[in-house]
Amino acid sequence: MLDFVQQLVSGIALGCVYGLIALGFVLVYKATEVVNFAQGDLMMLGGFFAFTFIGMLGLNYWVGFAGAVICMALFGMLAERIVVRPILGYPQFSIIMATIGLGYFLRSVAGMIWGTDDFKIDTPFSQGVLRIGSLVLAYDKLSVIAATIILCALLYLFFNRTTLGTAMRASSENMLAAYYMGIPVKRVVSIVWAISAAVATCAGVLLAPITFIHSNVGLVLGLKAFPAAVLGGFGSIPGAVVGGVLIGVIESMAGFYLPQGWKDVAPYIVLLAVLLLKPEGLFGLHVRKKV
Amino acid sequence: MRFLFKTDYEDDIRLFPHSGYVYSYGLLLAVLLIAPYVLSSYLMSQLVFVCIYATVGVGLLILTGFTGQASLGHAAFLAIGAYTAAYLQQFNVPFPVYFLAAGLLTGLVGALVGFPALRLQGIYLVIATISFAFIVEEIMARWESVTHGNEGMRVKTMQLFGTTVSRDGPTFYYLCLAVLVLTIVGTLNLLRSPTGRAFVAIRDSETAARSMGINVALYKVKSFAISAGITGFAGVLFAHKLSFISPEMFTLQLSIEFIIVILIGGTFSLHGAVLGAIFLVMIDPFLTYLKDDMPGVIAGVAATLGAGTERAGHIQDAVAAFASANGLKGAIYGVIIVVFVLFEPLGLYGRWLKIKLFFQLFPLYKRATFKRQKIYVKSERNR
Repeated sequence: MLDFVQQLVSGIALGCVYGLIALGFVLVYKATEVVNFAQGDLMMLGGFFAFTFIGMLGLNYWVGFAGAVICMALFGMLAERIVVRPILGYPQFSIIMATIGLGYFLRSVAGMIWGTDDFKIDTPFSQGVLRIGSLVLAYDKLSVIAATIILCALLYLFFNRTTLGTAMRASSENMLAAYYMGIPVKRVVSIVWAISAAVATCAGVLLAPITFIHSNVGLVLGLKAFPAAVLGGFGSIPGAVVGGVLIGVIESMAGFYLPQGWKDVAPYIVLLAVLLLKPEGLFGLHVRKKV
Repeated sequence: MRFLFKTDYEDDIRLFPHSGYVYSYGLLLAVLLIAPYVLSSYLMSQLVFVCIYATVGVGLLILTGFTGQASLGHAAFLAIGAYTAAYLQQFNVPFPVYFLAAGLLTGLVGALVGFPALRLQGIYLVIATISFAFIVEEIMARWESVTHGNEGMRVKTMQLFGTTVSRDGPTFYYLCLAVLVLTIVGTLNLLRSPTGRAFVAIRDSETAARSMGINVALYKVKSFAISAGITGFAGVLFAHKLSFISPEMFTLQLSIEFIIVILIGGTFSLHGAVLGAIFLVMIDPFLTYLKDDMPGVIAGVAATLGAGTERAGHIQDAVAAFASANGLKGAIYGVIIVVFVLFEPLGLYGRWLKIKLFFQLFPLYKRATFKRQKIYVKSERNR
């Protein structure tokens, strides 16, 4: 039983990271119908920025964290301006390929700049553990869970309660109509990319104590975040996080109870099952086809 | 400029629209046939890879280019073909038998993947094919009694009709070339048949295709099966060329390379697969050139432009460090993909058509002829 709870908590913590990456997918998808295959790599880059600020320049953890988030938000805008904006409105496949290309580029360049070693960021939560009876929970895992809940709530409020959030949802439904209604669609898209890069950075920094940061971490985790986003229904913010947590728990349980090898495959088997049985996901909307 | 007057459907679907095609492709084939006697063994080896990649590219084009179903899992089909060949070879099965068996088995797996994929579109299909590829990769690594797991499998030299076909010899090249040419001819014939027309109709509008009486599900599964089967055939050749296969060769990276092949070549014509394969395979020699010769060349240029010997030396070192940096290949891949998607969406073959049209229409060419239409209105979610 104790093992089960331990596995559950570490699964949830890992799942929250998946959920945060999936949240990035969902944000960009909701606002622009673009699926950003480079989301994991944005996370990796954010982690490296934080590592540079905190580990190499020796800044305070929170200052470094904020610096990384701001830098990555600007970087997200830049990436959107250069790679995505010129092909907005073209078939999805082109945009998917462009973001795959962006991911490739970021991975390689990060490998060139920071090398291919593993890096670790010292956080205020790295050390301590929370003891409840004989249950031992590490603070770093709990911090991921807490941060995910806060971020998710903020984003949910942002999308549903603010003018800008409404504008984002409108431009995702129909860009042209949104433009006619006076929404500056280009700027909205730019801001969405900034937010999604910032969320990815949070994921990267929170992840750093759990798994180390290296140049391929984005690919590995980014691809695990897809099952999360699909499970939750692409386009639903709470769905992404719930999907992420479910995938994390499934992976963690599969690693503990099933023979070796199932751990890596389990998320994808779940994904295929979801796509077969309920393609719109747990929280997705079922939309009828129109001609 | 030549005007082709088409008076009936037969004229429209002719393989060679006019005699010029016969001459130019005949000449190309002749050049390819004498290539082993002219080119160095390194270039021949690259040419064999071009043939294999182009075969996969044609297979992928049927699915992605003509049926409109994106796949990022073709490395898995290649792996199934390669492993079938390696496995059957252990029991002294002759080459033609395991070649066909690999193609058929891969086609069958493709059809099985096609069924779940029926309900999926766009991004979901891409994700589903990625997942499929991951699962296949993991199976290959774990099913040790058949695949020897991560140790990989040796592939013995090919025995064809009692003779040994070395993987570096001209016979192997001719075999790969024959497979490629047969695949292309077969695909061209497929595409002008009712089946191929149905594929294109599904790509252009699934709803319209269905209302014209096309069984969308059946044709999608067919497209998956044919595409996978062709990739399986290529997998056998791939296994023989490398003479050793292991699960880590058939990763997502390879699937992306296949997509790059058709993306760079152009997704609307079979020419694209071949041009893209040439481009992709030639990246490696280009990188070697960059590493070995480029620093010296740039330093030489700098010296002639008036930089001192010391400065030139520094420049040479800097360029050499850049060219041999780890991961330069990935960065180049990334830049190539982005540049092609942004500036040359029709690929190399599209560029060739533009150049051709420019000279045909000489003073009257206008860029808008090839302009892409942007669609801001419809959300693909509601399609």
